[in-house]
Amino acid sequence: MAVIVKTFASASEAAGALSSDRGARYLGGGTLVMRALNEGDVSVSTVVRASDQALTRIDASGPRVLLGAGVTFARILAERDLAFLHAPARSIGGPAVRNMGTVGGNLFAPTPYGDFTVALLALEATVAVQGGFGSRDIPIEEFLQARDRQAGTLVLSVSCTRPASSEAFRYRKIARIKPKGGSVITIAAHLPISGGRIAGARIAFGSMAPTQIRARAAERALEGRSLDVGTIAAAASAAGEGTSPADNALGSAWYRREIVGVHLRRLLSGQE
Amino acid sequence: MPKIPVQFRHNGRDVAIFVDGGTNLLVALRELIGDMTPKFGCGQGGCGTCSVLIDGELHLSCLTLAETVAGRSIETLDGMKQGPNLHPLQRAFADHFAAQCGYCTPGMLMAAKALLDRNPAPSRAEIVEAISGNICRCTGYEPIINAILAAAGGRASA
Repeated sequence: MAVIVKTFASASEAAGALSSDRGARYLGGGTLVMRALNEGDVSVSTVVRASDQALTRIDASGPRVLLGAGVTFARILAERDLAFLHAPARSIGGPAVRNMGTVGGNLFAPTPYGDFTVALLALEATVAVQGGFGSRDIPIEEFLQARDRQAGTLVLSVSCTRPASSEAFRYRKIARIKPKGGSVITIAAHLPISGGRIAGARIAFGSMAPTQIRARAAERALEGRSLDVGTIAAAASAAGEGTSPADNALGSAWYRREIVGVHLRRLLSGQE
Repeated sequence: MPKIPVQFRHNGRDVAIFVDGGTNLLVALRELIGDMTPKFGCGQGGCGTCSVLIDGELHLSCLTLAETVAGRSIETLDGMKQGPNLHPLQRAFADHFAAQCGYCTPGMLMAAKALLDRNPAPSRAEIVEAISGNICRCTGYEPIINAILAAAGGRASA
């Protein structure tokens, strides 16, 4: 079925078109919206695009990193200043998907996808969105909780603070097919260390709930402690608390609950 | 609904077509240009057999909105052979039995070309990564990896 394609020069015009039409979807890299069209998704009647250069901007020079919503994973991998995001970017798709898929689209990718968003959640990113009535910044956790209602808003960019060291940010995607495959579980951990103790532990999971979630019980087990065997064991045993994984072809909910602590322990103790 | 005119380069030749809104590049190439080399596999971005190069970059044509390639250069397997001669990658695929049913082969060759165009001497691991978005259900991948290694001048084990 043919759809109407509307292309705008500015993101704000595109946001206006998006918010005024229930059947409109924003087309970024195409890996979600074109997939829906190919599948015959009749809920999409209008495709909105924007050629705004601001959407593909990367600002990685300072301590605060900004990624335009239209930045592809291939571009992140080509950016030396974004080394801390290379592991999550590399874990997505094959080369073609990384050439197409975008940071903004990943925020909407349903389980078992959306791995990059897991990293952004652990980094407490901010999502800049433009609705019909202007732009605003939303903490990523709040954005994800209301994701089903975000269809009428256009994501402009995401930003986060660069981790203090490469040790402070860790990422692990468990997949059945290597190097490419949907996520069984995805884990990101941001563990800033202050005076030998963890201050501001943030653990995020993918595929452990309908959207990416923070593992608050594991964070509590880590907070204020040094990252030793005992602390890691306590975090691992708390990993499943508050999660609600689902069964899918890649793994059952039971299996995910069984292994999430194992993989969190391996990630925290620096094992392969 | 009016058709949308799209002009682009297809294997070095300028082409102009009229597409319906929402038409993907794969359908445009196959049904409007008559280039049957990119294949329809999953329509979901999971199999890679529709892979083409857009301005030298590997893309999935089934997930590309046709009108977004206006003014750009598209390469498909149809443009790979050099006159009457096969491209070295095609020759290597034949020599190493890298095609069995052949359905994945157009995408595999485009993914391999995208790799060799920017990295003429890839390692085995880099080849595995480069074709990781392309599924083959026949060969078990080893003959394909060996063919790409051979085309790149590396020593293939089979």
